[in-house]
Amino acid sequence: MATGVKPRVKVPKTAAAGDSVTIKTLISHKMESGNRKDKEGNVIPRSIINRFTCDFNGVNVIDMTMYPAISTNPYVEFKAKVDASGEFKFTWYDDDGDIYEAAKSITVS
Amino acid sequence: MKLTRREAIAMGLGSTMVAMLPLRVSAGSHGAIMAFTGGVEPGEGNITLSAPEIAENGNTVPVGVDAPGAVEIMILAMGNPNPQVADFKFGPAAGAQEVSTRIRLAGTQDVVAVAKLADGSFIQTSQNVKVTIGGCGG
Repeated sequence: MATGVKPRVKVPKTAAAGDSVTIKTLISHKMESGNRKDKEGNVIPRSIINRFTCDFNGVNVIDMTMYPAISTNPYVEFKAKVDASGEFKFTWYDDDGDIYEAAKSITVS
Repeated sequence: MKLTRREAIAMGLGSTMVAMLPLRVSAGSHGAIMAFTGGVEPGEGNITLSAPEIAENGNTVPVGVDAPGAVEIMILAMGNPNPQVADFKFGPAAGAQEVSTRIRLAGTQDVVAVAKLADGSFIQTSQNVKVTIGGCGG
């Protein structure tokens, strides 16, 4: 289990119906690329977050496949269209099988 | 001046070596694009890639891609040990086909963004990024 993994999400609190809102997400994760070697010269195995998805009220906003070239503590910024109040669900999938989640609500008038 | 055979061979070797100079391009980077497009060479179109011209730290290079009307966008680092960086699929609730993230670049190279449009066609754009400190741990 990857330790110390903490997601952080920034979503506007309110928006007008039909708006496109900017969402910023950050998750603390080492993203071991599988290219590094330890002191003895052994390759440190790859262990990264390989997928990130965001849904709004059950409808998919974005589905991102991450490869080892994504930086440590992956930062992803994207836009979502909101037509009603509801909840964003964010999910990160780790190579080791862990799943990290976060949720944020938004009020749409 | 008469060109001796020795000189001709030396010139041939020399120009071959210059042609092979890195320009850091990893094996299979073009293949990675072809795998994404199913063998189709992407054309030009409305796709914008924002990346710094010079990246101070290859471990975290901010890049952004904007491709209105895209269904899917792939970012590749043509000179990394593995060219694929990220693949974004946009769902029905996407506000715009625009994303930003931070990536690792092993050295100075071209960063390529390929977008699949709603009509099934592919467009791409690329930008060369100079990297002062490489970011793949190697």
